[in-house]
Amino acid sequence: MKHVEEYRDPEAVLALAKEIKRITTKPWTIMEICGGQTHSIVRFGIDELLPDEITLVHGPGCPVCVTGVGLIDKAIELARNPELIFCSFGDMMRVPGSDVDLLAVKAEGGDVRMVYSPMDALQIAEDNPDKEVLFFAVGFETTAPATAMTVAQAKEKGIHNFSLLVAHVLVPPAMEAILSMPGTQVQGFLAAGHVCAVTGYEEYHPISEKYAIPIVVTGFEPVDILQGMLYTIRQLEAGRNEVENTYSRIVRPEGNLAAMKLIGSVFDVVDRSWRGIGEIAASGWGLREEYHSFDAERKFNLGQQVAKENPICLSGQILQGITKPHECPAFGTLCTPEHPLGATMVSSEGACAAYYKYRRQTSTTA
Amino acid sequence: MCLAVPGKIMTVTGEGPLNRTGKVEFGGVLRDVNLAYVPEADTGDWVLIHAGFAISTVDEEEAALTLEEMKRLADVGGGLIGDESDREDGPVS
Repeated sequence: MKHVEEYRDPEAVLALAKEIKRITTKPWTIMEICGGQTHSIVRFGIDELLPDEITLVHGPGCPVCVTGVGLIDKAIELARNPELIFCSFGDMMRVPGSDVDLLAVKAEGGDVRMVYSPMDALQIAEDNPDKEVLFFAVGFETTAPATAMTVAQAKEKGIHNFSLLVAHVLVPPAMEAILSMPGTQVQGFLAAGHVCAVTGYEEYHPISEKYAIPIVVTGFEPVDILQGMLYTIRQLEAGRNEVENTYSRIVRPEGNLAAMKLIGSVFDVVDRSWRGIGEIAASGWGLREEYHSFDAERKFNLGQQVAKENPICLSGQILQGITKPHECPAFGTLCTPEHPLGATMVSSEGACAAYYKYRRQTSTTA
Repeated sequence: MCLAVPGKIMTVTGEGPLNRTGKVEFGGVLRDVNLAYVPEADTGDWVLIHAGFAISTVDEEEAALTLEEMKRLADVGGGLIGDESDREDGPVS
């Protein structure tokens, strides 16, 4: 496929790996933010092409993995409501809440449906005027244009049997949270290309300056990822701390202005609780007052539950890059994609799921 | 979850600020896609699709520059490209 295959060219991959090896003189620790990049790195064995001096740590960039247990418990309570059709991206279905997951609610007889786009959920609402239809709006900035448009269209069309449980999270505050942790090892970031396609990367300049850290906007194919690493390592070796963009075929400095305009009219910045990390101030998007009638947390009287994490699961440390998946004692034994203890083993972009799929045989030695 | 796929706009089927839609081909499959966020994109252009929405247009010139940089790197087998003096030829913004 055009604009994909070219970036998997083995010659370019090897040339980039060789160039990285040539310029690297010191040990460096680099974090890729996005779970999609983690998946590519593990799938294509990109980390194994790098010199020993380079340590890659996998970041918290999987929205399914970081959605707080409290919100998942609310989703499960809503999905159990017999008056309601509950719509979600497929990735969320098996993420454990305090007790069960959405798939278990579906097995109990709940009307839980997987959708490809939030617009599909809105269509279900139009087709079922006698039912309440809810969309579990999970995602980073990449997904927010789809959510914002769905809410705007619901308002324009006057659809009243539709609401959203909004769990949108933002990448830059999570980067700052990681950089502010005592003992953080991260010296350079590969910024998530598709997040920046929406938001641009102006917001990253102050972070790069404040923490004296290179931030390189990076794509998702092997050539993209190695190019992002090459530019990051060049900066580190030269003692530079800048924001650079190696995904310029997709990302503009200002992002997608039309999308950001609609996002700004639908969402406000809110505090969010991140699974495994905790509360991060101003790290999410929630519906603005004009759209409160579409807010499921306001529309439905939800009970107060105490969110419980599985005590064995180390996903919090994995999401912060402190622990690698195969270092968890439960990895591949008590915790598998079929029986996940935590979200990082469920989502196709979770670090544990990527290691399980591609690295199981080497899990004890990797 | 931030997976997004490049596709080519085959036809623009609907207009309007919220309802600009089109048929986009990716990997031989045609899908209805909301094009409201890429008002500049037209038939024949490549766009990046996520959750049923085009969220960016593919800049063919920038793509060519990146591939050219990779080709030069592969041609010299690594080692000569990447000096500071080369950086403005690359896709740095």
